[in-house]
Amino acid sequence: MLRKKKKQDSKFRFKNKDIVSIHDLSKEEIIHILETAARIEKQNRLGINRNLFKGKVLATLFFEVSTRTRLSFESAFEKLGGKIIGFADAGVSSTKKGESLKDTVNTVEQYADIIAMRHPLDGAARLAADNTKIPIINGGDGANQHPTQTLLDLYTIKKSQDHITELKIAMVGDLKYGRTVHSLAVALSLFKCRLYFVAPRQLRMPEDIKQFLKEKEIAFTEHEKVEEVIETVDVLYVTRIQQERFADPIEYEKVKNVYVIKKDMLNHVKPNLAIMHPLPRVNEISTDVDNTKHAIYFQQAANGIPIRQAVMALALGIAK
Amino acid sequence: MKERKEIKIPPIKEGIVIDHIPKNHVLRVAQILAVGKEEGMVTIGMNLMSNKLKSKDVIKIEGRDLTDSEINKISIIAPEATVSFIKEYRIEEKLQVRLPKKVSKIVKCSNQKCITRHQNVPTLFIVVNKKPLRLKCHYCEKTISRKEIELI
Repeated sequence: MLRKKKKQDSKFRFKNKDIVSIHDLSKEEIIHILETAARIEKQNRLGINRNLFKGKVLATLFFEVSTRTRLSFESAFEKLGGKIIGFADAGVSSTKKGESLKDTVNTVEQYADIIAMRHPLDGAARLAADNTKIPIINGGDGANQHPTQTLLDLYTIKKSQDHITELKIAMVGDLKYGRTVHSLAVALSLFKCRLYFVAPRQLRMPEDIKQFLKEKEIAFTEHEKVEEVIETVDVLYVTRIQQERFADPIEYEKVKNVYVIKKDMLNHVKPNLAIMHPLPRVNEISTDVDNTKHAIYFQQAANGIPIRQAVMALALGIAK
Repeated sequence: MKERKEIKIPPIKEGIVIDHIPKNHVLRVAQILAVGKEEGMVTIGMNLMSNKLKSKDVIKIEGRDLTDSEINKISIIAPEATVSFIKEYRIEEKLQVRLPKKVSKIVKCSNQKCITRHQNVPTLFIVVNKKPLRLKCHYCEKTISRKEIELI
């Protein structure tokens, strides 16, 4: 019995684990994070374990401005009794003076127990993780990864649908440059979801992601109109189409309104349809959708709190 | 037939022969080894007949040895290459280059936004596929094919 317990403990080695990329996490580890988040969320609601992070210091190193992500990390940590140090943009740190990233994190690790960071360059979080003893949580490295976003997306899907396995999930909008949808597609492949990619021709899902899905034998189809899928799917994940992605402004004008989700499009959708968006939204979901039962994008943002609390508690070895 | 083709490149007394380099890749191998800086004779053969590859390139360098790092670099350009170490006109040792699992400090990341292109960090790639060759940057996670490979 004792041996079995020991074996279970060693199944997940989260203590001191860096959360840099969704690729580093197995399906079991992802499920464990989601379950830990659900437990913490329940405790938060009941007002227990409010001092989970007491005596611990989180450093938020934001070499690139991202108010939303930074506040979510800070709120998640502070709500459970932790202290915060850090900076909100590289202009106020020694990076401006030419300090290397390695030196910055090597200094900060003397003052903190855990680091959450965002950096404009791809691979920055991995470099930091390779060179520090304390856990690094990647809050976005350039166009590469933002694993806590992917985890909170999965958590949101699980909460709204009760499960993730074999769901029908559509991703809409800018699928070419959207880091969020790339990581989410990779993560959903672990759960054998059926994927629908809805995008204008210029902004289709990149070949390497599609190749990855083919290798994993994940069924997916590509579409140019939301109407082709909206009545079929369980989840509609909407992203913003940015004007600067188009060389020709006329092309942008043509597509910008094709991908707007309006209330009257929801008349024949599945009753369990969940509409998600990583936010900020501009006009890709009309505000009249906000009050329908299908809109869960603000809950999605709120889910960032328990997910980040779970990830940090596991990495600190506070949660097992 | 078979013995005739080897005669096209003169034998060397001491040095190395790198055979079974894919067609049109010998100049990249020569570049890796910075040949021409030594005194010894260098012979390059291009588009030679081969049983293994339809057409191959060969390079013979007199008075030259190879380091492990150079062998690793060659394995990226010419994964099927063989290296013969020659002494007194005889093959003393012959080895088949082998792609390592990880490639360190050899390949430059093609992603302009990769941290390795901006800070003093040695590059590191994981070999995700051998045929066709695909390397994944340990840092930015971008996958590159042989065509995109730029050596340091």
